[in-house]
Amino acid sequence: MTATIEQTGPATSVGEVPTFEVTLRVRRFLPEGPRGDESYWDDHVLTMHGTDRVLDALHKIKWEQDGSLTFRRSCAHGICGSDAMRINGRNRLACKTLLKDLDIRKPITVEPIKGLPVIKDLVVDMEPFFASYREIMPFLVTSGNQPSAERIQSPEQRAVYDDTTKCILCAACTSSCPVFWTDGQYFGPAAIVNAHRFIFDSRDEAATQRLEILNDKEGVWRCRTTFNCTEACPRGIEITKAIAEVKRAMITRAF
Amino acid sequence: MPKAPGTLYRGREGMWSWVAHRVTGVLIFFFLLVHVLDTALVRVSPEAYNAVIGTYKNPIMGLGEAGLVAAIVFHAFNGLRIILVDYWSKGAKHHRTLFWIAMGLFVVTMAGFLPRHLMHVFGG
Repeated sequence: MTATIEQTGPATSVGEVPTFEVTLRVRRFLPEGPRGDESYWDDHVLTMHGTDRVLDALHKIKWEQDGSLTFRRSCAHGICGSDAMRINGRNRLACKTLLKDLDIRKPITVEPIKGLPVIKDLVVDMEPFFASYREIMPFLVTSGNQPSAERIQSPEQRAVYDDTTKCILCAACTSSCPVFWTDGQYFGPAAIVNAHRFIFDSRDEAATQRLEILNDKEGVWRCRTTFNCTEACPRGIEITKAIAEVKRAMITRAF
Repeated sequence: MPKAPGTLYRGREGMWSWVAHRVTGVLIFFFLLVHVLDTALVRVSPEAYNAVIGTYKNPIMGLGEAGLVAAIVFHAFNGLRIILVDYWSKGAKHHRTLFWIAMGLFVVTMAGFLPRHLMHVFGG
């Protein structure tokens, strides 16, 4: 059994994956570099495989062509949410975007996500994003004695907020929102999604408080339903729908 | 920072309908501003009102009126779509269909209005 596996060695199977040339146009910003505070585009021509993702192309640049290229990534498998960037004008996770799914006849543009201050190349300051996240109290709030067993919840009660539990806080949604670009004070889709996750949790007792926080001038009412967030979410969360549910909850629970 | 400008965010129907909604909204606002002023002239004197309204009767203003109606019709139908997205529980799910329905209604309304209007403007 093992002999047959060894015969079809890894070298031949890798060779079967088609290779192609692709140009990656990366937006660079190196405050300490010769260009100073000016950002510019850098083109890299790479030979990639059909199984490669944009993240693999960025690795190839960093490891083989230009070590100064800076970007965030951690797990590289779409769970940690570190490598959200603007690929061909749309917010995507670099580790979940296959090169073959993009138009490789033209250069692929890679930019930092919009609306957050760029620190270097593709790395942005996420602090304003996490500050909004902390403000909506993203934790279970209960009162009284802790139960000795688990807090019971029916599958129906769990299903109400199932969609919004999937968030990985990559900021692809918040930085795709035109309202957030022009007004950094806006809570942004990600914070509202995570508020939704607790507002509609039957075990939680701070829904009123969270709704009050989001009823602010810079809260859910700033949402203009452009659906950029829903379209950008790498976890497929129906974000605009969740925001609309929070809006409706504010109106129905007020009476 | 610029010099080499970044790319435009490539939003879809949702984003561009929002942009168009803003643009038509601003246009309608400026029209209403002028409209309140010229209608208020009736209080000054009916002759002054007639004189001002008379200057509107030329092909350029006629085309402007067509543009104004287009802006209002778009803003109205897209506005109804936004209300549905916000308050109808299935609105967010079907927002794209709703957008194309709104566009369909826009085309039908304009197809009814434009020939008649342009006949008035250019038919003499």
